[in-house]
Amino acid sequence: MANVPEDLHYSKDHEWVRVDGDEAIIGITDYAQNSLGDVVYVELPKAGDEFSASESFGSVESVKAVSEIFTPISGTVSSINESLADEPEKVNSDPYGEGWMVRLRMSNRGEVDSLLTAAEYEDFTKAESE
Amino acid sequence: MVDFGGWDMPVQYPAGTIEEHLRTRTHAGLFDVSHMGEIDVRGSDAIAFVNRVTSNDVTKLVDGQAQYSALTTPEGTVIDDLLVYRLAEDHLLLVVNAGTTEKDWEWIKSHHSGESVDLRNASAEYCQLALQGPDAESILQPLTDVPLSEIKYYHFRPGTVDGVSGIVSRTGYTGEDGFEVYAPADRAEQLWNKILDAGKTGTPTGVLPCGLAARNTLRLEAGLALYGHEIDETTTLLEANLGWIAKLDKGDFIGREALAQQKQAGITRRLVGFEVTERGIARDEQEVLVGDQKVGKVTSGSPAPFLKKNIGMAYVPVEYATVGQEIKIDVRGRLVGAQIVKTPFYKRAK
Repeated sequence: MANVPEDLHYSKDHEWVRVDGDEAIIGITDYAQNSLGDVVYVELPKAGDEFSASESFGSVESVKAVSEIFTPISGTVSSINESLADEPEKVNSDPYGEGWMVRLRMSNRGEVDSLLTAAEYEDFTKAESE
Repeated sequence: MVDFGGWDMPVQYPAGTIEEHLRTRTHAGLFDVSHMGEIDVRGSDAIAFVNRVTSNDVTKLVDGQAQYSALTTPEGTVIDDLLVYRLAEDHLLLVVNAGTTEKDWEWIKSHHSGESVDLRNASAEYCQLALQGPDAESILQPLTDVPLSEIKYYHFRPGTVDGVSGIVSRTGYTGEDGFEVYAPADRAEQLWNKILDAGKTGTPTGVLPCGLAARNTLRLEAGLALYGHEIDETTTLLEANLGWIAKLDKGDFIGREALAQQKQAGITRRLVGFEVTERGIARDEQEVLVGDQKVGKVTSGSPAPFLKKNIGMAYVPVEYATVGQEIKIDVRGRLVGAQIVKTPFYKRAK
């Protein structure tokens, strides 16, 4: 059973968002890393890049496949998780912690309210895997 | 699970592709390759007939020997690649790819004219399990009455495995030593579980069940062609570096003339292996560039888990098909540097 922490917000593209003041920390969910398999490469944007909600901001690659990652929230990248360049496997081992991807200065904080709650996301993944 | 030539097959088992790949290189991996097709050819003209529809020289086989070969079009391109097993002078078994079994079967039937042979598509009757890796022989030996150490590479023996009658063949698609076991389809589960148990699956050095993804990365490291990627009906055997299975002097076969002409005129493109030298992973179908000119396409591209590099194969014009040549791969709009290298990328220590 995939781990879905209560205190996070979720997108239907399997990203999670942790709100920290006026910033959002973004990564992919346990369910997503599990379906991808061993992550071998993560491509992330640069600090200063601007994105609108649901735009692609990078990609995650397993041995077999490439998956785009989408930002659930609009904003400007304030920092990225540089350590994933050498240790992409952190996305598998700790998707909600050391496997975080991007920190974003939010331009529209209200977007967070339109994301799924943990319970809603859990229902969504159950429906998707049936 | 994914659909693969009409079969539901696992991409990976719980250990994951990287672990499955590494375990096969260091100990053993078990692959359920029952999807492969089997075409049975019997009759006094079996050798003559198969020699005419395949490119390698069937007359060179002895009983108990197998051969890598191809079904070729009159243009010298590839209908399928296959193994030809000689069970007896009047009995051959052709082992073909799953996705092409029906096409191959129709092709073979349509080229049967007059020879005294009985052709049968026996695909549904067989299961096939491939036990690959340095521990394969020691795992399989206690289960079989076939003296495995006496079987040479690309040879086989009829015998029993866990009491089930079948064929044990020293062949594989991973670049490792190993065996492929052919048995009645309804015994697949029994043999699968028995081999996993005998190979102490679940222990850190035990055999691991392996999915399609590991099968692909293992064969790619070993520089082996995959039908539909490196070879198809648009690529000739010579372009694909498979001239060694095109026996132009063996007598007539479908495609012989075209291949002889191409050999004389010289090929204009060739399949090469490359290693990505910058950050990025090349994938199937991506463009290959020299300078700013598009010169070819990636046929297979992937991380190579054992070599810990990102590798691939591609067709490029012969003028660029030399080891050391710098190329670029268009990875979703980003040009990533790569270099042509010798294949196979991986060769096991004998």
